[in-house]
Amino acid sequence: MSPNDLTIVAAGERLRAGDLTAVELLEATLDRAHRTEAQLHAYLTIDRDGALEAAAAADADLAKGVDRGPLQGIPMALKDNMCTRGVETTASSQILSGYRPPYDATVVTRLRDAGAVIVGKTNLDEFAMGSSTENSGYGATYNPWDISRVPGGSSGGSAAAVSAGSALCALGSDTGGSIRQPASLSGIVGMKPTYGTVSRYGLIAFASSLDQIGPLSRSVTDAAVTLATIWGHDPRDATSYAGDYPDPSAELGRGIDGMRIGVVSELAGEGYEPAVESAVSSMVESLAEAGAEIVELSLPTFEIALSAYYLIAPAEASANLARFDGIRYGHRADGSSTETLMARTRAEGFGPEVTRRILLGTYALSAGYYDAFYGQAQRVRAAIQDDFARAYEQVDALVSPTSPTVAFPAGARVDDPLAMYLSDICTIPSNLSGHPAISVPIGVDGQNLPIGFQVMAPALGETTLFRVAAEVERLAAFTARPVLEEVAS
Amino acid sequence: MSFPTGFLHFPAMPIDIDIAHVARLARLDLTDDELEVYRAQLGVILDHAAKVQSLQGEPQVASAHPLGFVNAYRDDVVVPSLDRDEVLAAAPETEDGYFVAPPALETG
Amino acid sequence: MTWEPVIGIEVHAELSTRSKMFCGCAVEFGAEPNTNVCPVCLGLPGALPVPNRQAIEWIMAIGLALDCQVAPMSVFHRKNYFYADLPKNYQISQFDVPVCSEGHLDISVDGATRTIGIERAHMEEDTGKSTHVGDGGRIHAAQSTLLDFNRSGVPLVEIVSKPDIRSAAESRAYAQELRAVVAELGVSDARLEEGSIRFDANVSVRPEGAEEYGTKVEIKNMNSFRSLERAVEFEIARQIEVLESGGEVIQETRHWDEEAEVTHSMRTKEGSSDYRYFTEPDLVPMVMDDTWIARVRDGLPELPAARRSRYVSDGLDPHLAGVLSDMSGSLRSIYDDAVAAGAPSRQTANWVTGEVNAWVRRTESDMVPITGAQLAELVAMVEDGTVSSSAAKEVLEGVLSGEGGPRAVAEARDLTQISDTSELVAAVESVLAENPDAIESFRSGETKVVGFLVGQVMRATQGKADPKLVNDLLRNKLSG
Repeated sequence: MSPNDLTIVAAGERLRAGDLTAVELLEATLDRAHRTEAQLHAYLTIDRDGALEAAAAADADLAKGVDRGPLQGIPMALKDNMCTRGVETTASSQILSGYRPPYDATVVTRLRDAGAVIVGKTNLDEFAMGSSTENSGYGATYNPWDISRVPGGSSGGSAAAVSAGSALCALGSDTGGSIRQPASLSGIVGMKPTYGTVSRYGLIAFASSLDQIGPLSRSVTDAAVTLATIWGHDPRDATSYAGDYPDPSAELGRGIDGMRIGVVSELAGEGYEPAVESAVSSMVESLAEAGAEIVELSLPTFEIALSAYYLIAPAEASANLARFDGIRYGHRADGSSTETLMARTRAEGFGPEVTRRILLGTYALSAGYYDAFYGQAQRVRAAIQDDFARAYEQVDALVSPTSPTVAFPAGARVDDPLAMYLSDICTIPSNLSGHPAISVPIGVDGQNLPIGFQVMAPALGETTLFRVAAEVERLAAFTARPVLEEVAS
Repeated sequence: MSFPTGFLHFPAMPIDIDIAHVARLARLDLTDDELEVYRAQLGVILDHAAKVQSLQGEPQVASAHPLGFVNAYRDDVVVPSLDRDEVLAAAPETEDGYFVAPPALETG
Repeated sequence: MTWEPVIGIEVHAELSTRSKMFCGCAVEFGAEPNTNVCPVCLGLPGALPVPNRQAIEWIMAIGLALDCQVAPMSVFHRKNYFYADLPKNYQISQFDVPVCSEGHLDISVDGATRTIGIERAHMEEDTGKSTHVGDGGRIHAAQSTLLDFNRSGVPLVEIVSKPDIRSAAESRAYAQELRAVVAELGVSDARLEEGSIRFDANVSVRPEGAEEYGTKVEIKNMNSFRSLERAVEFEIARQIEVLESGGEVIQETRHWDEEAEVTHSMRTKEGSSDYRYFTEPDLVPMVMDDTWIARVRDGLPELPAARRSRYVSDGLDPHLAGVLSDMSGSLRSIYDDAVAAGAPSRQTANWVTGEVNAWVRRTESDMVPITGAQLAELVAMVEDGTVSSSAAKEVLEGVLSGEGGPRAVAEARDLTQISDTSELVAAVESVLAENPDAIESFRSGETKVVGFLVGQVMRATQGKADPKLVNDLLRNKLSG
């Protein structure tokens, strides 16, 4: 096995044992990227020089016995909506073409402090709006399992890179499923932490009350150790959790004997691909056999979660994206007045999905429609939070498919926004509640396309979440890897 | 490919959208053809989104923070600002330390 | 028909915190452009606001000073509109749950006191500054706009009155009183000329006795109390003229033109504004519990209104009480200490607001080197005739120059009056002996000649005689 296909934990052992250097690990990773990028287009920017410098520093530290923790010397990829000082950061939008932020996002600082090696910036749906990574202003990303298919989105570049071995681990952002859904479609682990536990400072906002950064990795343990590195209170994010943080790894490997696990009846049935449903059902059976008590639960508000989401997220986005106006940075169109200049800049700089959501959000907030749309969506959000609260009185964790379908063909949903939006039907409720959730690969369908299994837990219930996820991973024994025809780019 | 029927079939409610007004509020200079495409798409999406109105029971108000956190402040302490050259380097047009924009409204 | 003006005033006060509302950039007037900026106040992608605790406590203080309710829980909203000097193209402001609401402020015009209701006071952030180049002050004639974001994100408190104001003079009185309160709290520089406090007025008129309000016009760009008064005055007259000539007042925003002394309609954009307010998701609610509110309340200084009524109860007339109240804190404490030491209030206040204040202004001194006890002593020396009023000014000068206490200065400078009758009798007699003609004149009824004789005695005593005593002695001798 090439070292770039290792898990973080396995690579860390070899780095510390001295039979692998961080520079070697990085070179292998860059080599894989070199041979797969032409087909996948997972990366928008590869920062070869910065990565080599960080890898050399990690080697020097390790040689001196300075241990910065599990991410030291690990090649990682960052979704391109996280600001990196001096390194182009575009959120896949033409409106930010060439933009180099004057500061690092808090997660980037944390990764650097932990000795991680940042390989580059990965592709996404423009401003993280999408479920296929086809809405990028710089071209789509494709799925390593089948390059005629999408990797999911919006963190599709991060998912494809980890899946293909051009990073050991990546950070994504999840607003309505943008970490978990691409992880599911790309056969890797993707985790959305409790809202407020990972700083959003330096994350280019899509929908502030929903956005959360989290890891995409090859194993549940890798996700847990990455989370432990990036999370924590940040005084620069007023929504950041300031209390005690649990240890995500505390109960890994403990099994699930005696736990109560809820199956959400609304997240099944018509519209779910049979292969997905059957894989999920057999995993639920395996969990029961492993000692969990399975509880069927109805959470009726989940039926309208998607509707609420597609009002709240665009509304917040319409304001968050107002700052892209051609005045202080980014693309600027001609215009003889500020008003004209701004309107042209934005029409030229934003792609169709972003334009659509800005219009949608503007409409939902506008005079005369606010109460019926945005206001009512907020009440639905509160009701969903209540439904979750009732569920967690009965169970320790909830499970469901991550996505109703496996990876779909590129282009299949591009012209049907609503069909695309339905990709996130299982993941959205946890964003609206702010709760943690994870997708773990549990198998493949008849076309060798991966299927993901979602575990959800209460706020700050990461220890439980990872405990259950680790058991799912063990029971699934998922070892399949994408077979990618490598060609030099 | 099919989707859960519950999400696609429900009584449509007529939604009037003054798309040109919305685009002007959002500062998006779109052509008439583009406006028409977006108006139609928004109609479909809003039709679906209108399902939020089916929520029964007592009206509730979502907390401003999903987990109900309150009171996050910073102390009144000055920290160094950015270097002006670095800030202005990202700008499309500058002059004597200022960002430059055209006049607010059309002249003429 | 008689028309009744109905006026509401919106005040924007920049708080004088060290750092901005949502970031650590310095709040500094007059810095080089774009030097106090960071990702947050420039609206760079990914930046997040974190509120300044001091600013929140200061708006609470303003609210408490205006007898407002402080909301137990308050939230920030986004107010969405595009403008080149608004970096995020939304302003973090407050909408339906402001920090403070339902207060009032008493004002006094021509001796009559009126209570003006305060609708609300809310917290927001200031915008950057646009300079319209090649414009001559008119936005629509500008060739380009220079943008400086140093002011962007400076904490701003907006205080909105109820439509309780009924005249231009009341508008001015309200604005001045509110400025005095904010200045007293020490939460804002409150300088009109620097724009750290700004006033907009909503003016309408209605027939006297009508219940309904007329159409209101917002007037802006008044940079002094005088221009506020003039602008309101102009606008009232303009609206009455429009109505009396059968026209209709249009709801609009008008600019006060300082030179022409008229209001101009500002060119309005097509379509009405729609701010699409919604809760700011980057911030969490502010919970202001009783303990916090009580702590802020305990820290409030004595406010101008309370101070003025205390001075009136000391025995000052309302005018003098007002003048003294507007003096600096160090001058006022000299008054307070002197009165506490037993000095008569009116004379003490006259000294403080007159000579002492004049000295401070002349020397531009930060310190006032006289204690209340020393001023009390000086006032007493005038009262008992130890020094004349004019000599007392010299004594004060000496005290303020560090020459010592009043008595020591009076003696060192030889300014004490001769109040010893026997010494003066001699001087009077010798003057009378030298001026027999004057005695003649007096006795033939020309009593005015006494003034001349007093002058002669004063000259003979080098001005040290108590003129009142000299006058009495002369009259005695002449009529005797």
